[in-house]
Order: sequence, then C-alpha cells, then structure tokens
Amino acid sequence: MTREIAVVAFAQTDTLRTTEEHSEVEMLMPVLHAVLDQTGLKTADIGFTCSGSSDYLAGRAFSFTLALDGVGAWPPISESHVEMDGAWALYEAWTKLLTGDADTALVYSYGKSSPGSLRDVLTRQLDPYYVAPLWPDSVALAALQAQALIDAGDTDEPALAAIAARCRATDNPHAQLRGEVPHGDYRVRPLRTGDCPPIGDGAAAVILAAGERARELCPRPAWIRGIDHRIEAHSLGVRDLTDSPSTRLAAERAGAFELPHGLKGMGGTPTVDTAELHAPFTAQEVVLRKALGLGDEVRVNPSGGALAANPMMAAGLTRIGEAAARIHRGESDRALAHATSGPCLQQNLVAVLEGDPR
Amino acid sequence: MPEVLKAPLVVEFPFTRSLGPVQSAFLTGLRERVVLGVRTTDGRTLVPPVEYDPVTADELRDLVEVAPTGTVTTWAWNHAPRRGQPLDTPFAWVLVRLDGADTALLHALDVPGPDAVRTGARVRIRWAAERSGAITDIACFEPYDGEPVRPGGSTGEFADPVTGIVAAARLDYTYTPGRAQTAYLDALAEHRAVGERCPSCRKVYVPPRGACPTCGVATTERVEVGPGGTVTTFCIVNIKAKNLDIEVPYVYAHIALDGADLALHGRIGGIPYDQVRMGLRVEPVWTPGARHPDHYRPTGEPDADYDTYKELL
Repeated sequence: MTREIAVVAFAQTDTLRTTEEHSEVEMLMPVLHAVLDQTGLKTADIGFTCSGSSDYLAGRAFSFTLALDGVGAWPPISESHVEMDGAWALYEAWTKLLTGDADTALVYSYGKSSPGSLRDVLTRQLDPYYVAPLWPDSVALAALQAQALIDAGDTDEPALAAIAARCRATDNPHAQLRGEVPHGDYRVRPLRTGDCPPIGDGAAAVILAAGERARELCPRPAWIRGIDHRIEAHSLGVRDLTDSPSTRLAAERAGAFELPHGLKGMGGTPTVDTAELHAPFTAQEVVLRKALGLGDEVRVNPSGGALAANPMMAAGLTRIGEAAARIHRGESDRALAHATSGPCLQQNLVAVLEGDPR
Repeated sequence: MPEVLKAPLVVEFPFTRSLGPVQSAFLTGLRERVVLGVRTTDGRTLVPPVEYDPVTADELRDLVEVAPTGTVTTWAWNHAPRRGQPLDTPFAWVLVRLDGADTALLHALDVPGPDAVRTGARVRIRWAAERSGAITDIACFEPYDGEPVRPGGSTGEFADPVTGIVAAARLDYTYTPGRAQTAYLDALAEHRAVGERCPSCRKVYVPPRGACPTCGVATTERVEVGPGGTVTTFCIVNIKAKNLDIEVPYVYAHIALDGADLALHGRIGGIPYDQVRMGLRVEPVWTPGARHPDHYRPTGEPDADYDTYKELL
C-alpha cells in the first residue's frame, strides 16, 4: 500500500421508524451537507462519490439515481453505486483513492425500510432455487443461528438479553432504541423482540481523504490501516453458524491481529481499544466476539450498534463512521469496524482504523 | 405539514429460472419422492446439492441418493407463520441433516409446539400431494421414531426432467412521495402546476424532486408555472399500449411550461398528429376527478421562437 487513506468526516441521521414525509433524497441530503460542512469541502471538490442502497427496501426502481440529485451530480461526476451496505461502497472508494485517481471521496448510504415489510423483503436475497420459495424471514434465520449457539453452549437467553441491554444503554443521540427497553416476547424462538434490531429509516455519510489532504481536512484523521471483506457459502446448511470464519479472515487480512502501526518492531500488544460490530441480532455479537477474539478490555459498540439503530444499507457504514469519529475525538487510538450483509452474518467486512499518536 | 399522501404499491414478479444439471436432478427427484445429494471430491455429500463445491470450487456432478429421514441440527419456533411460508399453522424452522448427508437442508417441521422439537430430533419428509419439481414438493418435515430409511440407488436419471422453475414473488409497499412531490401532487389536484426553485442556481424544476441535481441542495421555494407551455420536442406513437384507451397514432411531447426550466412530458390532442411541431403553444386539458392533465391541446397562439426554448430541449 503506497497511499495512506483516512476517514476524515462522518455524519448520520437519526434513525426513525418511518420517514414517510420525506423522499429518499430528502432524507439523505442533510447528512451529505453535514459531512461536507465538517471538512469545508464542496461537492465540486470531491474526487469520487460512491453510494450503497437497495431498491427492494422501498420498492422504488433506480432510487439511487434520484438520490444522486442530492449530491449535485450534474454535470456528471465520477460516481459509482453498490446494491449493498455503504461499508462496501467505502471499500470501493478506498480502492479508488489507492489508485491515485482521486484524493477525496464522498461515501454515503441510506435505507428506507418503512414502506415495505422488511422481514419479507429480505427473503428475496436468498438462494432462489432451494430457499427463497419457503420465504424464511430474516428473524427466523437469525433464530436458527441463535439456537445453534445455545446448543453449543456459547450463550443462553439471559446472556443474549444482557447484550441487548448493554447496547441500548448507549448515549448515542441518533439511536432509535435507547435506555430501558423491555426484552419482550418471542419473535421467533429463541429470539425475543429485544434480541432483534429495530426497523428504521436512516442514512449515513463519510468522507475519505488521502495523505496530506486528510491532515488538512481533519485534525486527527482515522487512518484505514487495513480493510478486507470475505463471504461464506450461501447455503446455510453448509456453514457452521456458531462461527464466522469469513470475519476472522477479513480481520486477519485487515491487520487486526498485527501490532499497531506505530509500534511495529517495538513490541506491544496487538489489540484494538474499541470495536464497532455490525451485529443486528444479539446472538451475532457472540459469534463476532469469538471470531475476532475480542476480550473484555475492548469497548464493544459504544454507539449501541445495530441493536440500537439498524438502518438497512447504512448500519455497516455507520460502524466505520462511529469508530472513526471516536478516533477524531481522541476517544480511541485503534479501533476495529465491522459490517455484515446477508443472512446469519454471511458476508463480512473488517476495517482497522488508527489515529496518529497523541 | 400537509397530510402525507399514501398509495399501495405492489411489486410482483414471476422469475423464470433455468436449472443446471445438479439442480435439475435434485428438483426432479423431489417430484419423484427421491432426495439426491452430490458427492464432493473429498467424499462429503452435500444436500441440497450444488453444482460447485463451496470450499474447493470443484465442479460437482456425482449424484447420490440419501434417505428421506434425518436429524435436526438447529431449530427455531415460528408461532406466527408469514405469507408464503411452508405451513400456515405454527411450526418450527429446522435445518435437517438427512441420513447419508453431511450438510443440512432448511425447511419446516410440523409439530404442535416448541416442546415437541429439539436439536437432535429425528424427522422425515412429508411429501406434498402434488409435486412439480420444486423445493416445496417437500411439504414439510414431521417427527419420526423409526429406523433410518435405506435410500434407493437413484443417480439422478429421470424421464422428463424439470429444466426450470418459475419463482413467484410479491412484495407489498406503501408508497409515499416525499415533501416536494407531495406539494406538486396536492397542487395538481387543484389543476395547478407548482414547481420548486433552486436557491442557488434559480432554476425551477417541474415536477420537483426535492433537490437541485446541479447544486445538490434542497429546493424549497414553490413557484406556480404554466398553465401554458411550449412543445420542445415530440414523437409520434404508433404502438397501442396495453390497457390504454388512446387511438394511435398520437403525439407524445416534451412540454416546457411557462416559467419552468425543465420540460415535462404529456400527450398532445386536439390537433392532427401530423401537424404537431416544435414550438407549438399548448395548455392542459383536465378531466374531473383526475389528478393529472388528460392531455395538452393547442392554445392558438403563434408558435414560440426556437431561441426561447432551445436550452430546454
């Protein structure tokens, strides 16, 4: 890697159960303006723009092209889109900056789940031959994973409830679910309402910058020391649902298990102080902690994570943004950010972020 | 805040999907009450079978029959079945490793309650009465306390194999148009066209989408435009649209309403199709109860100069 690239700004909307009074671009625009304002950049200053969203959520074909109105995409800008969480849009933007084609990138993503029935919408991402015709909804598949973990002795229902309570004890003002939330009845046993993420609409945006440009735009850039994503077999019955080898491999490739940048050759412990994990269901935090070898000394999801707010397509990018923002504020020196996509943690992205020594 | 407009939106699509050789054999087998797995190069048997090994990427073609009985590897109790799911009474989702297989198949287990299912439970396939070559040919699983059933020796050769499936999908949404389009639609209901002006470049967008695509800022200032406008360009439609009661040929045109910086489109009527021209001055014709103009007709004014609309083409 020849260029250093950092997250220099992050903004997110409040996540709300419905934003029916706003179109997608109307929901998105305030966060685009917020990240630009943080850096003093204007649309025309941005070298590359990449977004993540899914038309299935709101049932609007090509909604991402309408969202581009909010960027000021005319005359045409250098732009790309992934039908995925914005964390993968950030990955594309990172590679674009690595090539030297651009020095700055705007990455955003949004999800408006309120117009549809999310549990049913998500069945359409499944294997169309053997699985999708059965319409197994997202909570049911997560419940199969949770039961496998309970059977393996990795967790139990009280431990899962404790994860939910810890996440929702966050002081994150953008969270949809915060504070004392009843754990509720079974949604799909063994998962209760409290084990599931709230369904909400929201958007997030970050700005990436390379090298000296990053230092000009941000007093303490969150340097991306490594980022990688891996996927597992799509057939659920082939996978060990109690483990996440794709997360572990992505973390290895991202350097999460190596010594911090400034300490290479100087000893020290290969660890992070903060981890923002994209675990929409409580049991998935158990899987991720195991896969990543996170000890109790690591602050996991101070933002509340996806159990506090899970705007589809934006919650993964938000994990990277939250981790970066903690580095910007001096609350973290080395953080791991994780994003997931698909049923039962099928695809996973890991980024390792570091601040300059203080 | 005006009342939010809402309308039901149904997205429905029958996906026609072709099958590879392994998927074809597996689904045809289900039609014949035979369950096939596929053997990997390292000796595992994958059920449901896939065409390529998920670990080694080897091409897999070695089909082998497995038993219709098996063991639950994990489960989840679904007390409120949803549309399209295998059973409409409460059931358990299960992953089942069939006897002879090394991997598990997702399906439903028909038991009276969560106390009647556990990981390790023995189950067998309940076949659907009518089978067509689809995963739903397995109606569900049911408890089984007998000996493992010895599988037959099928290797996937069947008469009249299925080569494709039609996967119907339907998703129901409630469409809401957002702030700018709601204002536009509300004005249309009063037979007025209201656009929005960009605070930066001053362009007026009709219909407004809420943002200026050049400046990337919200458009907020409402501007009434029209009712008259100018045909900037047009085409002559000779193909009759399904469910549309309009005689062909007819003219469909881009129309720049007076005061707008973007042309919208509409049908031109009240003039023979071969007399429509660029620069023609038109006005909307409303029909009672309709939110959009039925069509636009000539006003009788002299044609507009090309220079007045050339930037709007």
